[in-house]
Amino acid sequence: MAMTVHVDVVSTEEQIFSGLAESVSLPGEAGELGILPGHTPLLTRIRPGAVRLKLPNQEQDELVFVAGGVLEVQPGLITVLADTAIRGRDLDEAKAMDAKRQAEEAMANQGSKLDYARAQAELAEAAAQLAMIERMKKRGH
Amino acid sequence: MAGGKEIRNKIKSVQNTRKITKAMEMVSASKMRRAQERMRSGRPYAQKIGRLAANLALANVTDYRHPFLAKVENPTKAGLILISTDKGLCGGLNTNLFRMVLNRLKEWEEGGVKDIRVTCIGNRGLGFMQRMGAKVISHVTQVGDAPHLERLIGPVKVMIDAYLSGQVEAVYIGFNRFVNTMKQEPRVVQLLPLTGESMGTPDSSWDYIYEPDAQAVIDEVMLRLVEAAVYQTVAENMASEQSARMVAMKAASDNAGNVIKQLQLVYNKTRQAAITREISEIVGGAAAV
Repeated sequence: MAMTVHVDVVSTEEQIFSGLAESVSLPGEAGELGILPGHTPLLTRIRPGAVRLKLPNQEQDELVFVAGGVLEVQPGLITVLADTAIRGRDLDEAKAMDAKRQAEEAMANQGSKLDYARAQAELAEAAAQLAMIERMKKRGH
Repeated sequence: MAGGKEIRNKIKSVQNTRKITKAMEMVSASKMRRAQERMRSGRPYAQKIGRLAANLALANVTDYRHPFLAKVENPTKAGLILISTDKGLCGGLNTNLFRMVLNRLKEWEEGGVKDIRVTCIGNRGLGFMQRMGAKVISHVTQVGDAPHLERLIGPVKVMIDAYLSGQVEAVYIGFNRFVNTMKQEPRVVQLLPLTGESMGTPDSSWDYIYEPDAQAVIDEVMLRLVEAAVYQTVAENMASEQSARMVAMKAASDNAGNVIKQLQLVYNKTRQAAITREISEIVGGAAAV
């Protein structure tokens, strides 16, 4: 039997694959990577593309598509931290600018001093309502 | 004495209310299961990237130190990411969180924090912060039932950029921790600079081969770590929201049931009284004849 290594492929939203594999090939930042058991520790970004897992006792390779992410190779453990969305510096920047603009619009006619008194009054009111409900419940209403 | 018809109408209206709360209870019960599932399925990533970051922090002491790992004593400028729900009708969930956040903000201000910037995720928190007059630098609302990382990236990046440029020296995150279906706990924890808690324990120390270079990879890992942490808390807050709503709506349905029972009793009494009066009138009339 060929040597195997434990491979985990996870994204923020779910665990995609976890198990033993004979080899892993994927598109690294600096070029296509093929990783076999016993690879030296490596940390690299990966480009959008397919992660190909060669599983023991299985003809067909397992294919997982990732939209980029990070590959970590440790002795005896390979981890692919996949992104769920296509990411890029420009794209992220655009999203941030968008969010900023929205917030600035919302801030346009706002005071800058924290109005603790008002917020506290509001919270006190809500708390009083909750306490009232609690009391009514206890009274067996 | 209220007429029989008025009481009947009142019973009808309470019954309708109970139908609605019952429906909402069932909807959030089914949403709750999925929300909890989502919260759990995000954990492996958070754990793995946390361990990786811990390895990096250990392996990379000499060359490059990422700003997220810096140490800050008594920050004077703080950032807060407030995670709340979009909709109400979930009991005291948001109120409890806001009260805690308010106390923390006050403590910070007394402790010398002059400038507080806020990123709001969720409509309720945004409304609260705006009424309070806080400096909201970014926000996202209408997140929906499933947290999408894509929608969170922009607003969170605004806060991270503020941190990297020194506009804030520490970032905290406020959310409701999901303990179990009956119990949710408001929490305010430190997000940046990274604490040992959010990173996990390193396996052992070895240095990696970095491609293309150490700094680029470490930057990416650290950014993903923070994003994953935010994503995870949003998922947790959503699970809390659905559970809290289910419990609140169950209580509302039970209360409506009690009100109906009482009204029914009053109705029966009035009806009986009317019948008795009528009989006595007839008997009285017959006696007179």
